[in-house]
Amino acid sequence: MSTPPPQPEANAAREAAGRRVDLHAILRDAQVTDALDDLERELVGLAPVKTRLREIAALLAVEKARGSFGLTAGAPSLHMSFTGNPGTGKTTVALRMAQILHRLGFVRKGHLVAVTRDDLVGQYIGHTAPKTKEVLKRAMGGVLFIDEAYYLYRPENERDYGQEAIEILLQVMESSRDDLVVILAGYRDRMETFYRSNPGFSSRIAHHLEFPDYSVAELCTIAAGMLERMHYRFDEPAQRAFEEYVARRTLMPHFANARSIRNALDRARLRQASRLCALPGQIDESALLTIAEPDIRASRVFSGTAMNVPGG
Amino acid sequence: MMTNRGARLTQGQFSFLPDLTDEQITAQLQYALNRGWAIGIEYTDDPHPRNTYWEMYGNPMFDLRDPAGILKEINACRRIFARHYIRVTAFDSTRGWETPRMSYLVNRPANEPGFALVREERDGRAVRYTIRSYAADRPEGERY
Repeated sequence: MSTPPPQPEANAAREAAGRRVDLHAILRDAQVTDALDDLERELVGLAPVKTRLREIAALLAVEKARGSFGLTAGAPSLHMSFTGNPGTGKTTVALRMAQILHRLGFVRKGHLVAVTRDDLVGQYIGHTAPKTKEVLKRAMGGVLFIDEAYYLYRPENERDYGQEAIEILLQVMESSRDDLVVILAGYRDRMETFYRSNPGFSSRIAHHLEFPDYSVAELCTIAAGMLERMHYRFDEPAQRAFEEYVARRTLMPHFANARSIRNALDRARLRQASRLCALPGQIDESALLTIAEPDIRASRVFSGTAMNVPGG
Repeated sequence: MMTNRGARLTQGQFSFLPDLTDEQITAQLQYALNRGWAIGIEYTDDPHPRNTYWEMYGNPMFDLRDPAGILKEINACRRIFARHYIRVTAFDSTRGWETPRMSYLVNRPANEPGFALVREERDGRAVRYTIRSYAADRPEGERY
């Protein structure tokens, strides 16, 4: 009889002690690096959000690496809150978030279900619970994005059915953490009031991301990207006029960051089209491509009388 | 003569196999979801083979991507109707099909007494045969 064979557990432990894991390889293999780089390239500004996303991706990669060593800390809580003014890219980032979570294997399907109060809250007694549950079922395996989440809670009406939706949401956020990730989004001040009156939400949300407003320079970069995708361009004076336009527009009420920029460009296209149609004779490709200064200058923003017109 | 005493009900898919585990059910649900079929949960305590329309548990579930939510519904239904038959159907709404493409049991009562063969004497010594569930003798809700 020779020495007894070594215990299998001891073997495994020795193997684990010698094993090494490459976190960068995990991120790369899961194409998370690509997703983050895309985000960096396609989204202008938003530095704090991007930093936070990288941190979350790093945490998830480490979590995955720990899992391969059998070190489990339980599924990390991934519910998030996105706060910021309209048009700061909350929905776009949520879409990317779903992608990153899917690639790292923390959600099974990686689709985004975007809902608002109307999709969750019913109109009569007994209508809310099935409605909310149906939405939750649809979001299983992906990300549930609740836009303007504070509308769920209406303190002025104590019989509001929103409370019921909140209770179901809280329950599912706790019990089905492996099945879906909930992202609440809305304006910062109203979301803060919402969290104060529903402490259950605040404590179940691990990541609070703030979306800052864009600066004028960032908005101009965003506009340039949009124009390129739409196959238009500004000529030199139009570029200057547009920068002036953005500077004025940011100071006006109802400014919705990137969304306002897109609307402004759409209106400039409209003016360009009617200008071109009014021209006699034939026009060339460059005329079709170029948005000229008068297309921008015609905006009511420059007349100074439109301070209260929504969408100006 | 003993016929199928204690026999398990064999309706739908997989009914000659041991009961499906939750993982196997999840895999079957995923198969249906991948093909875009709407999944419904139905229950009954009258397992006669001609009893086609069972009671629906909730609405049919459309537009889902992941089976986790359906499994939760199935388990909720099992808690409420522990001693009923529960089946899952997957409805294909494609033009030309418009019919359930899958149907399988996910819950059955602990004790299944089976069916009796009933002979009816007709004119001229003709005999007509039918079957009758032993369980269905008792009123609804008290069977099994």
